[in-house]
Amino acid sequence: MSKRMGKQTIKFDSPPSIIATASTVGPKEGKGPLASYFDVVLHDPLWGEDSWEKAESKIVRKTIERVIEKAHLTPEDINYIFAGDLLNQLTASTFGIRGLNIPFFGLFGACSTMSESMSLGAMVIDGGFADYVVAEASSHFCGSEKQFRFPLELGTQRPLTASWTVTGSGAVVLAKNGTGPYITHVTTGKIVDLGIKDPNNMGAAMAPAAADTIITHFQDTGRSPEDYDLIITGDLGSIGKELTLELVRRSNYDIEKVFSDCGIEIFDPVTQDTHAGGSGCGCSAVTFAGYLYKEMQNNKWNRILFIPTGALMSPGSTQQGESIPGIAHAVVIDNKWA
Amino acid sequence: MDQMQDMKKEYEQLVEKVSPKSNTVRDCARAFWVGGLICTIGELITNIIKSFGYNQDEASMLTTITLVFLGILLTGLDIYDSIGKYAGAGSIVPITGFANSMVSPAIEFKKEGYVFGVGARMFTIAGPVIVYGVIASVIVGIIHYFI
Repeated sequence: MSKRMGKQTIKFDSPPSIIATASTVGPKEGKGPLASYFDVVLHDPLWGEDSWEKAESKIVRKTIERVIEKAHLTPEDINYIFAGDLLNQLTASTFGIRGLNIPFFGLFGACSTMSESMSLGAMVIDGGFADYVVAEASSHFCGSEKQFRFPLELGTQRPLTASWTVTGSGAVVLAKNGTGPYITHVTTGKIVDLGIKDPNNMGAAMAPAAADTIITHFQDTGRSPEDYDLIITGDLGSIGKELTLELVRRSNYDIEKVFSDCGIEIFDPVTQDTHAGGSGCGCSAVTFAGYLYKEMQNNKWNRILFIPTGALMSPGSTQQGESIPGIAHAVVIDNKWA
Repeated sequence: MDQMQDMKKEYEQLVEKVSPKSNTVRDCARAFWVGGLICTIGELITNIIKSFGYNQDEASMLTTITLVFLGILLTGLDIYDSIGKYAGAGSIVPITGFANSMVSPAIEFKKEGYVFGVGARMFTIAGPVIVYGVIASVIVGIIHYFI
């Protein structure tokens, strides 16, 4: 039977299980509402290293080592790592993973990387090409500011529409055999660009892509919002969330009751001064690896639609006046598989 | 194609409606009193220097040097960015803000070495200010020569 459903969705014949997750976050995330769900909270964003890039690489390496250990496996058992980050040439992932001796596929999906790595990892397992795969994504507030915005000590004001890049890494081990939660479906997003040019309003740039993927997922699978306990996007923030709700509503789906966003969950906008919310590859990665996975194990939710969202721009494209292309990949994670 | 343009335009209006606006009156008031305070401190320094017997030109130059030093010191102590976050243009426009814009990239890019890091990147924010400041002063100078 074909594994394809509709235009952009696939359904796995033998869904891979997520057998372990691990998360490492920075000090600010460790003071946020989800603090208790994370494995490691750093007190120092440099973690004893001498640059932001090296610190993020260390976060990547330690998180991957931890997730392999939590799955009671050794690095030799892992067939592939799928991972990515926001730094040029995937600096954090590449230098974090170089000592691990595990075959590696580097991914760039901007902040949508976590579902990109989980999607591809699950496909590789369902296709029979691997028994165990690690999927990981990371970001670092200070490294991102340095690369995309201004030096940290520059006295500027952040607009109210801006988001705050999460410092952290989330990793999962996907296994051919396991008892769930399972990855049952993947809806791969296409690039959607409705002309937003403001890099300080990335929620608005990504919302059309998120809405497109959500609507396509319902059309492809024949499911409706009621089939999910939670539909959660990656880092749209408060503005992007409103826009996505409106765009999805126009296609006659009402997701408001079950809809949330990792960027909204991870910080308290009042006490933590994060403006629109959290962002970055690490935002959806640590929220999934910490909060969502653990609460699925507690049966708070049994079936979720997890949709990390990415803004695929570079500092150069913005300076050249280009608009911001958005993307969103959806992954269905289900406690049961029938 | 027209349909796509309409969609983009409509979406832009929707984004405009949903995005929060900053409080211009409050931001202006903050910029005014902090910027004014920095200027007042400058005047104070000038008067103190003059009381030691320096003339106006010498005192102005020494005041500039002192304010640049204070801007650098507060940047290095991780204080100037907090002032900037509160005051906005109030702490960007005075010469202390210029010092901040030179030193903050120097700190950030120190890891890339003293030549391509500190030396080259120091001007990423202040460089355009220097270039267009010089061009503007040349133009004003030419106009001044003829009138």
